[in-house]
Amino acid sequence: MTKEHANWSPYDNNGGSCVAIAGANYCVIAADTRMSTGYSILTRDYSKICKLADKAVLASSGFQADVKALQKHLAAKHLIYQHQHNKQMSCPAMAQLLSNTLYYKRFFPYYAFNVLGGLDSEGKGCVFTYDAVGSYERVGYSSQGSGSTLIIPFLDNQLKSPSPLLLPAVDAVTPLSEAEAIDLVKTVFASATERDIYTGDRLEIVVLNADGTRYEYMELRKD
Amino acid sequence: MKLDTSGLESAAPLVGASSGFLDGFADAPSFEVPTTNDFDGFQKEAIQMVKPAKGTTTLAFIFKEGVMVAADSRASMGGYISSQSVKKIIEINPYMLGTMAGGAADCQFWHRNLGIKCRLHELANKRRISVTGASKLLANILYSYRGMGLSVGTMIAGWDETGPGLYYVDSEGGRLKGMRFSVGSGSPYAYGVLDNGYRYDMSVEEAAELARRAIYHATFRDGASGGVASVYHVGPNGWKKLSGDDVGELHYHYYPVVQGAVEQEMVEVAGA
Repeated sequence: MTKEHANWSPYDNNGGSCVAIAGANYCVIAADTRMSTGYSILTRDYSKICKLADKAVLASSGFQADVKALQKHLAAKHLIYQHQHNKQMSCPAMAQLLSNTLYYKRFFPYYAFNVLGGLDSEGKGCVFTYDAVGSYERVGYSSQGSGSTLIIPFLDNQLKSPSPLLLPAVDAVTPLSEAEAIDLVKTVFASATERDIYTGDRLEIVVLNADGTRYEYMELRKD
Repeated sequence: MKLDTSGLESAAPLVGASSGFLDGFADAPSFEVPTTNDFDGFQKEAIQMVKPAKGTTTLAFIFKEGVMVAADSRASMGGYISSQSVKKIIEINPYMLGTMAGGAADCQFWHRNLGIKCRLHELANKRRISVTGASKLLANILYSYRGMGLSVGTMIAGWDETGPGLYYVDSEGGRLKGMRFSVGSGSPYAYGVLDNGYRYDMSVEEAAELARRAIYHATFRDGASGGVASVYHVGPNGWKKLSGDDVGELHYHYYPVVQGAVEQEMVEVAGA
C-alpha cells in the first residue's frame, strides 16, 4: 500500500440545514441556501431542495457532489417509474427507494443527510428522515444537517409530537395550521443562523398541499 | 470475493435488462466499493463520518404462550440523542419479528431483504418459512459480508409449524438458538430483571409485564437506552403489539411519587 492512498479523502462537508414539518393536510420543507467549505462561503444561493415527484420533495445537506449525484439518480429512477407505471411515485414509495439507494452505497456512502417531505395517498403530510446509509423512519417533523442539533430541541419544545410507537396510538401529525408551521420554520432558521456558521444567507421554503406546490423565500443573516 | 446480492432487487425489471436506455438502473443492484487499496482504513473513516446509531436494549424470550419481544426506541450518536422514536422491532411478516441492535441501516435493510426472501419462499413452497430457516438465511448473508464492517445484533422471533422459535444472529456470523436473549448496551440490566422474573408457565399478561419491566430498568440504568418501551407477542396466529409506553411515564408507574410531609400538610390546610 502506498502513502497516497492512506490520505485518500473523497468527502467534503458543505454544511447547511434542512427542516420538514408534516401537518394534517400540508407539508412544509425548508432549507437554507448557503454552501460553505471550512470557514469559506462558496455561494449564498445554492438550493438544497429537490422536487422529486408531485408529492415528494427532498431536502439534503452534506457533501454537494454526493447530494447532486443522489438527486440525479433518483430523478432518473423516477422518470423510469413514470414510463413504466404512467403515474407519479408516491411519497412513501420514494422514501423506500431513497433508503435502498443510500444502502446500495453502504461501503462507499453518499455523504448526504436527507429529509423527505410530501403527502401520502390520503393527502396527509408525511416526513421521512434518514441517516447517510439509508436507515429511515416516518416522523411528524425532522431536521438534518449542520444546524440540526440546534433546531431539533427547538421543534421538540414547540411541537412535542407524540411518539408513533405509543400504544394506544396517538396521531403524530403536528397540530399547527399551515401558516403557523411556516412561521415556525422561519423562526427556527433565524435562530439557527445566529449560532451555526454553516446556516444562513437565505431560506427556501416549499409548501405542499391539496392545491399543489408553493415556494417562499426569506432573507437570513449573511455574516 | 463474491458478494451475495441475490434477492437484493425488490422487483424484476419490466423492460429487458439489455435495453441500452436503462443501463445501471434496470440491472440488479449491487454494492459499490471504493477504489482504494486500504478498504479497512476507508471504512473506518467513512463510518466515523456517517456516525452509526448505537446504544440499545432489546430482549425476547419463549414461554408457554409463545414468544415475547420488547425493545426501547432511542438512537444516540455519542452524547447526542438523534431519535427517541426508532422502530427497533421490525415486522418481517405477520408471523415473524426481528429486533434491531447495532447499525440502524444494516438492520433495517437486511430485515427488509429477509422479508422479501421469506415471501419468495412462501410462494415457491406454498408454506411459510420456519424461524430456523429464516434466521439461517440472514446469518448466511451476514457471514458473507464478515469483516466488511456490518454491525448487526438481532433476534429472529416467530411462530412456525414447530411452534415458537427464537434465534440470535449477529454480523460476526454467530447464530444461536435459545429460550431467552437480550442484545445491546442495556442488555446486562435487562438480563438481571429477566432472569430474576422468568418462568416458562407465565400468562401473556405476566410475560408482557416482565418484558416491559426489564426494558424500563435497562433504560433507567443505561444512558444510551430510552424513549418508548414497545412489547410484542408472537402466538399461533401471528404477532400482536401489546403495548408502547413512554419510559418517562413508566417511571412513575413503577415508582409512584410519595407525598412528602410538608405537601401533605399543604393539602390538609387547603381542604380545611
